[in-house]
Amino acid sequence: MTVESTYQFLGLIVVASPAVLLAVLGLPMLLGKPVAESAQSHFTKAAVIAGLSAALAVLVMMLVFDSRHVVVELGNWVEIPDEGFHFHLKFVFDRLSVPFTILSFVLCGTVGAFASVYLHRESGYRRFFLFYAVFLLGMVVSSLAGTIETLFFGWELVGLSSALLIAYFHERPGPVRNGHRVWTVYRVADAAFLIAALTLHHLTGAGDFDGLMGTGAWPEGVAAIDSWHALVVGSLLLIAAAGKSGMVPFSGWLPRAMEGPTPSSAVFYGALSVHLGVYLLLRVSPLLEASLPLSLMVIVLGLVSAAFGTLASRVQNDVKNALAFASLTQVGIITVEIGCGLRYIALIHMIGHACLRTLQLLRAPSVLKDYQSLENAIGQHLSTGPGFWGRVLPKRQRVWLYRFALERGYLDAILNDYVVRPFIAVFRWCDKQERRWSRFGGGGEKRESDRVAVYGDSLEDVV
Amino acid sequence: MRELHLPWLELSVVIPLLGCVWVSLLNNRDTARRHSIILCVLTFVAAMGEWIDFNSLHAFEAHDHWDVLTSIFHKDVFVIDELSAPLLPLGAMLYLMTVMTTLRTKIGRFSFGWTLFSEAILLATLSCRDPWIIITLLSIATVPPWIEMRNRKQSTRFYCLHMGLFVAMLVVGQALVPADATSLNPPVIAGCLLTAAALLRSGVTPLHCWMTDLFEKATFGTALLFVTPMTGAYAVMRLVLPIAPDWALQSIAILSLFTAVYAAGMALVQREARRFFCYVFLSHSSLVLVGLEMVTPIGLTGALCVWLSVGISLLGFGLTLRSVEARTGRLSLDSFHGLYEHTPILAGLFLLTGLASIGFPGTVGFVGTELLVEGTVAVYPLVGLALVLAAMLNGVAVVLAYFRVFTGTRHVASISLQCRPSERITIVILTALIIGGGLHPQPGVSSRYHAAVALMQHRNPAATKPVEEKPAVHAASSP
Repeated sequence: MTVESTYQFLGLIVVASPAVLLAVLGLPMLLGKPVAESAQSHFTKAAVIAGLSAALAVLVMMLVFDSRHVVVELGNWVEIPDEGFHFHLKFVFDRLSVPFTILSFVLCGTVGAFASVYLHRESGYRRFFLFYAVFLLGMVVSSLAGTIETLFFGWELVGLSSALLIAYFHERPGPVRNGHRVWTVYRVADAAFLIAALTLHHLTGAGDFDGLMGTGAWPEGVAAIDSWHALVVGSLLLIAAAGKSGMVPFSGWLPRAMEGPTPSSAVFYGALSVHLGVYLLLRVSPLLEASLPLSLMVIVLGLVSAAFGTLASRVQNDVKNALAFASLTQVGIITVEIGCGLRYIALIHMIGHACLRTLQLLRAPSVLKDYQSLENAIGQHLSTGPGFWGRVLPKRQRVWLYRFALERGYLDAILNDYVVRPFIAVFRWCDKQERRWSRFGGGGEKRESDRVAVYGDSLEDVV
Repeated sequence: MRELHLPWLELSVVIPLLGCVWVSLLNNRDTARRHSIILCVLTFVAAMGEWIDFNSLHAFEAHDHWDVLTSIFHKDVFVIDELSAPLLPLGAMLYLMTVMTTLRTKIGRFSFGWTLFSEAILLATLSCRDPWIIITLLSIATVPPWIEMRNRKQSTRFYCLHMGLFVAMLVVGQALVPADATSLNPPVIAGCLLTAAALLRSGVTPLHCWMTDLFEKATFGTALLFVTPMTGAYAVMRLVLPIAPDWALQSIAILSLFTAVYAAGMALVQREARRFFCYVFLSHSSLVLVGLEMVTPIGLTGALCVWLSVGISLLGFGLTLRSVEARTGRLSLDSFHGLYEHTPILAGLFLLTGLASIGFPGTVGFVGTELLVEGTVAVYPLVGLALVLAAMLNGVAVVLAYFRVFTGTRHVASISLQCRPSERITIVILTALIIGGGLHPQPGVSSRYHAAVALMQHRNPAATKPVEEKPAVHAASSP
């Protein structure tokens, strides 16, 4: 077995293990014969261990053979040779993707082990692990993607699983509304991503990151487009990254995401999913360097998000929301680092932050007990005096800042008032005009659908 | 012209035609349903036989074996080509699944006889290329929904107004087409009339209100069967594409694009599930029309792929809604219904088909949507942006509907709402098609690309290279 074929084999295992897990968990559910809880747990463990072992083996081999850039090609998934169209399945193992993939497997494995106990005998156990498998597949594919289309593939899977897990407690309307809100923001980010991918294709005729960023292994690479095009494409990717990572002005979804069960909050919004946006920025970092205005935009966005995050986290009255905004603060700082060209620091910061936040979020249900233990140990209540800003700022400004932070920057209200409500108003007006036209054309005074009652309590009320 | 080995086309038309007479004579509705299922299965087998036989010929077009109609009309009546060959089994599958998933709560309202008649008309339409026969069959196809609405004592004036206009424009337009008309020598008035007729039938804004009216007044099954085969798009391909100049096709594309975005936005504000489905369908079928008018190989390939994927996915989406309606009555989208615990499989299929319709990765719609968007962006970048916007809104709408219907509250039921065996069979087949087509799209894409090139060559022989005999279907190439 040659080195190349070993890389191919191991790379295939890394990508295939979450895909096989998804098939094993998903197909029986669709056929109405779901797998037992213990079997699900074992399959999940086996898939994570297999993927993690293969990823570690790839890392060791890369260190031993001093390879910085290993490409695993699985061929063309779809091809139209005469038109030069191909959807290439290509995965890249380099200094960015390997650590992030290993991080994904480690954190997902940790959370999977936690969830198998935490959600034991919950009615949604199987549903949780199905969405978990979708998420794991999405993260692995996104991390290792060698083409922008493959990255988009994983990106969408991560978005869907995130939204469905936020709505995990779906017998209550609150989590469901929040899940839908998050999905909507993700769709906007996905649209920006898709437009950026198409624009890149249009400009360069290819979607390979090698072709776009030059032949140097990450982080070396030079963008293959000029600064104006880099600004356009980079701005779209920045919107996509901001949406996925919950940066301003999309930060409203981050506290809503805490509706999901603690394991999903920990791994998705504290650790992995929230870093996918900055991972994208790291992956396309040569584009950022090609345009100074773009780099400045990245830095400004990071600073604003970090400032907003630190303000909002101080006024939250529940631990998960406080941690959510604390995550945002760190993501903002990581973004600033990327904008300044500090890629290795950003990567290390991302990995460290992901591990810390996972621990904090998994411990979140026990935080009151932790504080009580601490106070028992020191023999008195924990108290803090006014901080630096509390001493410096006048009371009026402090109150204003407090309200601003409590309302989370009024971002949700602004989006509701200036985007959502006008949109709905316009289309409701169109619906009204269609009703008038229908009545004019002899369609009848009332529609059948007007007689459909809003759902009552029970089936008998409806039937 | 090549000949099929058996008279598949005639069988696929005659079986439902005779079946509709037989089923109409049955008094017992349960027996009628069972017999209809058997007849639909036989029709599907004939349609599949046609497709497999056609593929084995490696030809662009073929006519039936023992073609009785040829001896009567002295010309090939039933002819299929690479465009229509897969549409016949798709149409037959549509009818089969709709009949199979008709629950007892609906069999009193849903006419199996007229359904089989509609199936015969549809398959005959898809088997023909002669413009006048297509026009006749499209006109006849408008009758069964009208009869059903009359039987349900619903006002048919709005429907008659639109369908009457549709038929009139088809007839007058075709009558004005000279014998030597081509895209380089287009008949302007005839082209405009035929285009307007095809757009009306496709539900392009502002001529789409008849479709929402149909979904309001007819049974869900009948409305679904009338719109899902996208015979309007078929009419565009057969009647308009051969004679329309490029500027006309661009106009169709712009109107369709506007419809796609408009319908996607309208879907988000609907308060009732049927109207919601109608707008989602309108948005997707308009995307198909946009691609059909691009007349570039990639764009046209994408449109043909999306035509099939939208047909399969929205069929599943509509049937799932219909199955839920059969259990709960009409669904309001202003509130949550919480049906997941009672119908988890239907919930899963609803989400899967909805995501497939928007081209979610891993489903049958993904590659087609990518091709469509890429082909459009290459010609008109701003059009590509609008396509992405429509897809974004549709994605939001589909998941919103899922959350409203299946989550948000605890539903209390006094009877079991679990899937029936016939529904399970349908679910398995649709799942296999959606996921299988998503994971292994190459054969479908190759076939549609070949059809696209042949269609472009047919439209403009001087501009494109001649289409070669279809190569053997190949899997993804090795690196």
